[in-house]
Amino acid sequence: MRWKWLIPAIYIFFLLLPIYWLVNMSLKTNDEILSMFTLWPQNLTFDNYKVIFTDASWYSGYINSMIYVSINVVISVCFALPAAYAFSRYSFVGDKHLFFWLLTNRMAPPAVFALPFFQLYSSIGLFDTHIAVALAHCLFNLPLAVWILEGFMSGIPKEIDETAFVDGYSWPRFFVKIFIPNIASGIGVTAFFCFMFSWVELLLARTLTAVNAKPISAIMTRTVSASGLDWGVLAAAGVLTIVPGALVIWFVRNHIAKGFALGRV
Amino acid sequence: MIQKQINQKAWFMVLPVFLLVAFSAVIPLMTVVNYSFQDTFGSNKFFWVGMDWFRDLMHSERFHDAFLRQIAFSSIILAIEIPLGIAIALAMPKKGWGVPVCLISMSLPLLIPWNVVGTIWQIFGRVDIGLLGHTLASLGIDYNYTQDPIAAWLTIIAMDVWHWTSLVVLLSYAGLCSIPDAYYQAAKIDGASRISVFRYIQLPKMQGVLLIAVLLRFMDSFMIYTEPFVITGGGPGNSTTFMSIDLVKMAIGQFDLGPAAAMSLVYFLIILLLSWVFYTVMSNVGEESSKGGA
Amino acid sequence: MAHITLKDIAHSYTGASDNPDDYALKKLNLTWRDGGAYALLGPSGCGKTTLLNIISGLLTPTKGQVLFNDEDVTRLPTEQRNIAQIFQFPVIYDTMTVFQNLAFPLKNRGRTQVEIEPRVIELAKMLGLENDLYTKAQHLTADAKQKISLGRGLIRQSVNAILFDEPLTVIDPQLKWELRSQLKYLHKQFGFTMIYVTHDQTEALTFADEVIVMYEGEIVQVGTPEALFERPEHTFVGYFIGSPGMNITPCELKGDRIFIEGHEITLETHYKEQLASAKIEVGIRPEYLSLAQPQDKGLPVNIIKIDDIGRHKIARVALNDSVFHVVMPEMSGMTGDKASLVFDTAHTNIYVNDHLIAGEKP
Repeated sequence: MRWKWLIPAIYIFFLLLPIYWLVNMSLKTNDEILSMFTLWPQNLTFDNYKVIFTDASWYSGYINSMIYVSINVVISVCFALPAAYAFSRYSFVGDKHLFFWLLTNRMAPPAVFALPFFQLYSSIGLFDTHIAVALAHCLFNLPLAVWILEGFMSGIPKEIDETAFVDGYSWPRFFVKIFIPNIASGIGVTAFFCFMFSWVELLLARTLTAVNAKPISAIMTRTVSASGLDWGVLAAAGVLTIVPGALVIWFVRNHIAKGFALGRV
Repeated sequence: MIQKQINQKAWFMVLPVFLLVAFSAVIPLMTVVNYSFQDTFGSNKFFWVGMDWFRDLMHSERFHDAFLRQIAFSSIILAIEIPLGIAIALAMPKKGWGVPVCLISMSLPLLIPWNVVGTIWQIFGRVDIGLLGHTLASLGIDYNYTQDPIAAWLTIIAMDVWHWTSLVVLLSYAGLCSIPDAYYQAAKIDGASRISVFRYIQLPKMQGVLLIAVLLRFMDSFMIYTEPFVITGGGPGNSTTFMSIDLVKMAIGQFDLGPAAAMSLVYFLIILLLSWVFYTVMSNVGEESSKGGA
Repeated sequence: MAHITLKDIAHSYTGASDNPDDYALKKLNLTWRDGGAYALLGPSGCGKTTLLNIISGLLTPTKGQVLFNDEDVTRLPTEQRNIAQIFQFPVIYDTMTVFQNLAFPLKNRGRTQVEIEPRVIELAKMLGLENDLYTKAQHLTADAKQKISLGRGLIRQSVNAILFDEPLTVIDPQLKWELRSQLKYLHKQFGFTMIYVTHDQTEALTFADEVIVMYEGEIVQVGTPEALFERPEHTFVGYFIGSPGMNITPCELKGDRIFIEGHEITLETHYKEQLASAKIEVGIRPEYLSLAQPQDKGLPVNIIKIDDIGRHKIARVALNDSVFHVVMPEMSGMTGDKASLVFDTAHTNIYVNDHLIAGEKP
């Protein structure tokens, strides 16, 4: 079918259309947005972006989001690595049940946890901190990380472990020097997904923060409910939230297909 | 499959994960369970009311409505996104420069924060400043998602398809790429038609990834909160108030702890039950093809 | 059935090029008789799978023509060439029963159920699958699945040739023998042209009437298993065939005598004088060497190692830098570490620049 390429082409066009519209809007002044309807800016302006970079109430949102997402990725990967190794190499009392229980947490609606988390973290004095959001996101990121890493680890034959032990490696040294390089792409995929799910999550991030750790997603929704909507700035803020994601995709582009195919999927 | 050795000490390796997730999950859940059986007169004094909240919930029309809306929404989503995702994956190139272009551009919507997705479509659908809304209006179509429930539903569905179909595409694509060439070659030699190739080779070999795709899409669509909240806030009226939105309104908006807790538990159980059903059905279909070796 | 001709075929995976190194298959000409059983033998990467795919149509050759019964099919797509190909791992339709799997090629060509059913049952009986006809194919063992793959190839009566690409790779060793016998039996029954690609010489030599040995994209020798064993025309063939392979060692040649490390052996044939720059080697199979007591006539060698294979022994002996393998009968009283190496001169070959040369009997 020579016209087969048309299908993904149309789909990609459909995907890029709203994003183009957002970028379009972010480069216009508010006046132009509300008064005219144009397919590209008549008066190209970067003012909207300037606002975000200069107004602390805007850019702090990005910084906060980056902070708790990074903390979460680090925690998730570090905690998941030994656990995934245990699931992959050993059988122990309750292992299958534990694994399944971990997965059920991915199925829990965040809405269910909104209130309890709010009360929990308030009571231990972690309300409105980055670590609170990072920990809260562990609820669904840790099971996912263990799940993905276990899949990759099962693809490495046990003989490699045994050879290393016979060669005199201690377990920590074996793990760091031999095992981890072998599953590097698996760790990449895991980090990618943890980043993705933590970066995009709104409900818990908004519930657990007030001022100090307020993520960009909460700031944007706050703007929407305020009167006198500043569409231009809103659009610019939106475009900027896409940037980290786009960068991550760009850096892992060679691993996406490989990672998907090799791992759990 | 790796021969696992029995080693109870492995629990130490799992302990950090276990504790952290337990802390994140079990404690809050216990709180929820606690609240679901109690009521309060305020100032933190609770008294036991047994199954009252659950009884109220089962009879609550508001709950029934939210539940039905949710089922309808998830069904429509699955019905559109799964076939569409598979179709696009089938049409994607297997090699050449087209591959990274496709993968990167299709991954993009997946990495946009959900509220921004909502904002994008909120703007996109507006008749005054949005490309979609303006175009529809200039074509003479009466489209207003803030007032017309149908328009609201259509907008949210379009948004979800835009947002998540790529996940199905990427998973299906990975599944397709893992089929060895020899199968296609044998099919050519056997004179099989394109449809036969899909039905007898591609679809069976994609079962694993499709199961994951269906489960993920079902669970996430059943829990959807942010995007519809940003676009319509649950309106017009209640027409797009899905279960999560309803729950959060109750819990954080009205602070009705008892009913909210009861609803939380029922909500969670429904998802678990439906996921289990999906999983069993699809892996039974899949079991048939994974028995007997490669 | 067809006889197949390959005319001036050459193939490069990077497209037509002037650089001979780009060619996975160097120029070759081959004819395959109708109904013959052929083996394409060679090490990994020698081009045998490329050649097979050119015959089946899965690959279009960069140069040359493919002819079926003198009709040019080079540009004809696979499904119209009426061939069957069996791959390294079983290729079956998971969701179908054995019956449906076997019937599939016929169904696609529009045959009715009435025509299909008896053929499928008959073929299943021949393959030993009649008891599993209505089981889902994926539940069977690997060798049963390969039989199904084979069956799908045989089910069409008008098939021109059946091509096998290392089909016994996934089969357990004890079943390999059974399947090989079955293939030979089916060949006798149906008389199809069968081309069998393998890197295992046992498979090639037991299956085929004629073996084509390939090396680095070229055909090195075509011949019966006996010819390949007795008179390998290239040192590679000598080394590759036989277990262990032929002993090949440099020597000097003077008329009807050769000198290995200065020791003289008189041959039965007289050879012409060769160029001074030529690489001259003597080749002799371990089966045609024997060891005698050190004081007997022959090359003085040191015994390095003797391996007991069961039915016979293999001795590794050395004369300074030249190493030889010798096949010895089970009972041979060889003690000590020195012996005399005796050549059976009726089976001694001389190779100049890796190619066999013929001599004249004096």
